Amino acid sequence: MRPPELKPEHFNGYLPEARKLVVGYIGTLRRLPLSFLPSLLREVVDYDFRFPVERRAVERELATLSSLSADALDMWCKELAQIQISPKLESFDWINAPAQFVEQLSAYLWTTHQLDAFREAAVQYSSRLQAAVSAEQPPVPRLGITVVGQGVGVYEEAVFRKLRPHGAYFSRIKPDGGLEQLLNVVTARAKAHPVAYGHWYVDGGKAVAHDSVLTCVSYDGLEPARATLLRSIRSETERPGMGPEALRSLMARLRPSDLGLGTGDEVLDRFQVKILTEGSGTQIFSTTFAQWTAREVLRRAQPVTMLVRFAPRQRQKPMNELLSGNSDHVDFDPVGSLVDGEMGAYYNWLNQERLPGAEESSFLVWFENHGDAVAVGPGMARGTVSSTAADIGQVISWMS
Amino acid sequence: MTSYSLTEGRARGSVFTPRAQALQLACNRREFLRTAAGLTLGGTLLRSSGLVRAATVPKRKKVVVITFGGGARDQETFAAEGQENIPHLMKDLIPQSTFFTQVVNRGILGHYVATASLATGVYETVNNFASLPPEHPTAFEYFRKDLKRPASDAWVVAPSNGFNRIGESNHRSYGSGLGARVLLPKHLLTAATSGGRDFEHLLRDNYETPFYAPELGGGEIELEQLEQILKLSVDEFKKKALTLSSPDELSVYIARQLMKQMAPSILWITMHDIDIAHAGAYSLYIEGIRRTDRLCADLWKTIQSEPEYAGNTTLFILPDFGRDSDDDSGGNGFQHHRTGDALSRTTWMMAMGAGVREGAVFDRPVETIDLVPTLGSMLGFTASFARGKPMAELL
Repeated sequence: MRPPELKPEHFNGYLPEARKLVVGYIGTLRRLPLSFLPSLLREVVDYDFRFPVERRAVERELATLSSLSADALDMWCKELAQIQISPKLESFDWINAPAQFVEQLSAYLWTTHQLDAFREAAVQYSSRLQAAVSAEQPPVPRLGITVVGQGVGVYEEAVFRKLRPHGAYFSRIKPDGGLEQLLNVVTARAKAHPVAYGHWYVDGGKAVAHDSVLTCVSYDGLEPARATLLRSIRSETERPGMGPEALRSLMARLRPSDLGLGTGDEVLDRFQVKILTEGSGTQIFSTTFAQWTAREVLRRAQPVTMLVRFAPRQRQKPMNELLSGNSDHVDFDPVGSLVDGEMGAYYNWLNQERLPGAEESSFLVWFENHGDAVAVGPGMARGTVSSTAADIGQVISWMS
Repeated sequence: MTSYSLTEGRARGSVFTPRAQALQLACNRREFLRTAAGLTLGGTLLRSSGLVRAATVPKRKKVVVITFGGGARDQETFAAEGQENIPHLMKDLIPQSTFFTQVVNRGILGHYVATASLATGVYETVNNFASLPPEHPTAFEYFRKDLKRPASDAWVVAPSNGFNRIGESNHRSYGSGLGARVLLPKHLLTAATSGGRDFEHLLRDNYETPFYAPELGGGEIELEQLEQILKLSVDEFKKKALTLSSPDELSVYIARQLMKQMAPSILWITMHDIDIAHAGAYSLYIEGIRRTDRLCADLWKTIQSEPEYAGNTTLFILPDFGRDSDDDSGGNGFQHHRTGDALSRTTWMMAMGAGVREGAVFDRPVETIDLVPTLGSMLGFTASFARGKPMAELL
């Protein structure tokens, strides 16, 4: 089917709010090229379970597209319209399975050497959209915190080399009670500025005691879901004809109840399912879990506050053994995890910088139970070094 | 749609075109090499010993190609902060090589299909996740057919099950039996050990599709290969395997044994340890780079010390492609190669040994499909269906 043939009843399989949204804009959707429309529908199909900021973003985008004249809309999408789509892709059920369509489209674009053209077209479209739509600013400047190095004793290498040029490096942070102080800061912000899904605590191990005002995701907390997922994958891969792409499609259809997830918060449950089914390595390495979760929280929920704590991951073993989920005996690699966490902290900062209000945002990374930290923010001079003894809480107060 | 781009990232208008980004990357590499490896900008350090060796070599020319399935970015290798990870490349190999700073892969960035493209000189479009032969003739088929070489003269040592068909295409002009024989070290190990736990760390399959890890085969044929080709008893092999720490170490061990026993004129080794990056653990990716650096140096030492190879062999080392940059929000930095951006498409190549100038750096863009025509010019075969061009700087 091609977009001009869309009718309201084609969306009968959508959730109620999603259906109401797309049917309201069906005239606009009919004019969009097939190389693009499923990507948009991928953001809409589970609209009912999206974070509030995502819902508002897609509403703004649809409203903007709808406000354009026919000629202007054609101009906006002209590069995308030039991407060739195969008849096989046209006949795919892209309305009800837009994510799977996008995956198949990706493979098709690679095979037909159109990926570079598509990438360029996507950049052009996004640039036009960003110019036309004001980005939603956070209610208060964002604060991102990453804690790394849990379980590492003496460590002689320099830490935070990638972040030091961007902020102030502190070498004499008083480590005692540091994590508790950070949690107190994050909790206070959450209580002072209540925003649905606006304040997060991500732990790559077992989450420490925290206030329920924070949205919390932890690697240990998802252990039963991870184990269920890995068992399911093992069983599926043993079936004849099951290849990697079919497996991905299968994983994309998993729901929280399939993994035994049911916190009562369907939005959060579905988010956690996607972390485990779309993130490579999140099922087996806690450091990958922490970094990917942080990336997705930033990208999708655009939090006002986020505290990410890395924990030791298991040592590398044969992939089959890692995927077996056999936790009889697990060796941990704290030093390797510190290295992972340092890069994760850098990526957390980079991804926070991509959000609206970046010029006012602050970011802190701390080597847990050690004296090293880097603070990046409007109150911090770049590339500086401080050997003043300070509490981590004091550093946070200096950052804004 | 969220404010992220269609490819799951926020797209910002970039002031650089992909071509400009690739050139910038090449210039950065050139500067890194100039400052760290002491190479001369702008061309060639002509050391007469290199060319003289080539001119007086009486033995049959040989070529060894090492590809990395799992590229490494400059910031973890050639940039100032990355050079600590590649001490052997920087100090030992690059000064003896001709280095190409801008080698672009314009094809599909999947390891099997990209390596197949390197081997055929054509951007193949076979399914990356299926064990299919390339559609165009490989360098091995051109070499064997044109020069009438036996099957024992062209070998591939490949890391994973999916590469078992890379030695030979299904092209109608060449037919079966005309390509390279493929050794899968993991299959050899499985056959020798019946998959014992002590060796599981060497049996990891690929990281691109970790969930779908096909069962490793290994039976009578592999045991014959061990005995008749590699001249290794099962016990010797097992004993050696216990001292190795990774699948690539196993591959290099097998490659060295092959060089000793069969001395093939074309030996193609694909390494994959770096691709652990897909699992998202940065420390393991760095470990893979450091190990690969050491293994390349080990192979070069073997080439220089084995009588059949010393003085008459050209070694090529090149990744199949790069990895995503930190600057592209559509990716997740080092973890994958999904964005198709300039950093993931632009890699490097070094050539050293017989007929190659030492200490030369070239910035002009070449493509990965230029390798096969270049091998053809060096070894004397015609890569009729290849789409690349010979690299004149090596001829």
